[in-house]
Amino acid sequence: MKKTYKIDVDCANCANKMEEAARKTPGVRDAAVNFMTLKMTVEFEDGQDPAAVMQAVLGNCKKVEDDCEIFL
Amino acid sequence: MNKKQRRMLVRIVLAASLLVLLFFLPVTGPLRFALYLVPYLTVGYDILIRAAKGIRNRQMFDENFLMAVATLGALALAVCDELTGREGDYLEAIAVMLFYQVGELFQSCAVGRSRRNISALMDIRPDTANLEQDGNLVSVDPAGVPAGSIIVVRPGEKIPIDSVIIEGSSSLDTSALTGESAPRGAGVGDEAVSGCVNLTHVLRMRTIREFGESTVSKILDLVENASSQKSRSENFISRFARVYTPVVCCSALALAILPPLIRPLFMGLSPNWGDWLYRALTFLVISCPCALVISIPLTFFAGIGGASREGVLVKGSNFLEMLSEADCVAFDKTGTLTQGVFEVVAVHPEKNPLRGPGVPDETALLHLAAHVERYSTHPIANSLRKAYPNEADGCIVEDVEELAGLGVRARVNGRLICVGNSAFMDSAGAAWHPCTRAGTIIHIAIDGEYAGHIVISDVMKPHAKEAIAALKKAGVKRAVMLTGDSAAAAAQAAEELGLEEFCAELLPADKVAKVEELLKENAGRGGRVAFVGDGINDAPVLSRADVGIAMGAMGSDAAVEAADVVLMDDDPLKIAKAIRISRRCLGIVRQNIIFSIGVKLACLALGALGIANMWLAVFADVGVMILAVLNAVRALFTI
Repeated sequence: MKKTYKIDVDCANCANKMEEAARKTPGVRDAAVNFMTLKMTVEFEDGQDPAAVMQAVLGNCKKVEDDCEIFL
Repeated sequence: MNKKQRRMLVRIVLAASLLVLLFFLPVTGPLRFALYLVPYLTVGYDILIRAAKGIRNRQMFDENFLMAVATLGALALAVCDELTGREGDYLEAIAVMLFYQVGELFQSCAVGRSRRNISALMDIRPDTANLEQDGNLVSVDPAGVPAGSIIVVRPGEKIPIDSVIIEGSSSLDTSALTGESAPRGAGVGDEAVSGCVNLTHVLRMRTIREFGESTVSKILDLVENASSQKSRSENFISRFARVYTPVVCCSALALAILPPLIRPLFMGLSPNWGDWLYRALTFLVISCPCALVISIPLTFFAGIGGASREGVLVKGSNFLEMLSEADCVAFDKTGTLTQGVFEVVAVHPEKNPLRGPGVPDETALLHLAAHVERYSTHPIANSLRKAYPNEADGCIVEDVEELAGLGVRARVNGRLICVGNSAFMDSAGAAWHPCTRAGTIIHIAIDGEYAGHIVISDVMKPHAKEAIAALKKAGVKRAVMLTGDSAAAAAQAAEELGLEEFCAELLPADKVAKVEELLKENAGRGGRVAFVGDGINDAPVLSRADVGIAMGAMGSDAAVEAADVVLMDDDPLKIAKAIRISRRCLGIVRQNIIFSIGVKLACLALGALGIANMWLAVFADVGVMILAVLNAVRALFTI
């Protein structure tokens, strides 16, 4: 399952870091962050609850870049 | 500028004026240090806070951390100078922080501006629809209007939902959809797609789709989901950034420690700790990968935006990249190079001098054929009737009989007329003969005697020939036409278009096989294969080719969905344009990569040698970023 979320982040490198952090989150098969459109596309592994996984993704993103937001 | 940016600007201006003031203030000692700290903290406090948070989260190599270490280090060096009796240079550290923030602000403004520009460019979403309800006009949300409703579009308004005109005629501006600037006339019965702007007169229209199914929604969907797939250049840069920063930081550490240790041990020189530490700090300032990381996606974004202004939708930066490498283009024929509308191109009455009068001329032959095909809904019948307008005259048409796979037979003014293919002629006992023209041949027999034939063929798109020439000019080495049509029709079309290669009588599966063959042949040369098509049967080929280009206006939904690039106005000339746009965009990407990496490496080398000071390092960071961003925005303006 794929879902797209709106995000807010200030710099392009931070967006790359968010992408990596999201990818490493358990339950996420793949993630892509588009800095220009400020969107994060997350592909979840089968049988995962997107809401719960996204909370973890947000936590991991906050760790690598404090000044970021994902609008869940 | 938003609130965040305005606050930053105030901080920068404040810090800069404080600096100027302090420069002329005759203070010394600890007081001078304390005073200089004011502008430093004014402009850089958030960096310090973020750096602290980064350390807490074990994110050592983020740019806040780097800037914090570099500037605090420079301040510390200045304090050391101060303690040893020389006047310390506080200005440098503060200036580095100041310029860094100026660069960040500039970048944030540039990105915000191009985001707004491009979304304005793509803003074809209509806000309201004027729905006719019980004789009154009500302004409603287009999403809630069912198909079959009556809406009114006033001049200057966007058509909100795909509709058919039932009253009025006007000019439509389709430029938002197609990039075509000349307005198009439309009258009663014409279909108008959503997103067009009504220019001159009020139109009453009946909606034929719901909003979600309308052209405008589909395009917005395409555009909004575009560019989630990253190009190789983008991936390269983010990988590079991940390696670059740690490598430079480690080099900085080595630079700060190793030479001062080695110099006294092996070279008998003084360790010179301060000097090497300064060089290491210079390294840290240069190590920030911002210029690279921002300019590449920005260039692609601007390139995709520029292309969509020209009526070319590119679904992702990776496709823009592949398109720029395309050197082999395969085409579908019908609907792509031709209009997919059959028209009578030749009428050949049988001229047999032995038969004397009563032999029909061209008009008479068309006249008879149109009568016989009066009730048929076959596309060929349509084109025959179109070629002979006002078919319903006084002639008596009776006993119409449609014979599947053969043709139509009818009695016109008492004479038995057969209109159909060669097999039909055989069964009617008419001595037919083939035609030299390629196309669909419709034979006609009168009372069992052969009377001649009509050639029906697809019509070339007006720019088809120029499109092929433009592609060749754009550096496409190979252009191949793949068609399900007969070999004769394909050969004629190929000659007309100036195409050397074509493959005819292909089934959809054959087309896939053929494209795979092209892919294999091209694999060795590194070029990409693009396929241009429009029909449902083209969808598998579109997804198989490196770059699938679909005709958006007339193309089937399946084709538009499977394609990577969509031409909004079906003009094949846009293929060459799309390739040119993509090449230019990739050119800018390469310039930016080479320029920013080059300048950074050069400054690193100069910094290590002690030639470059921190001022130059700040240029290498901020200056390069500003130049790269300005260069990236150039991609928005197509040629």
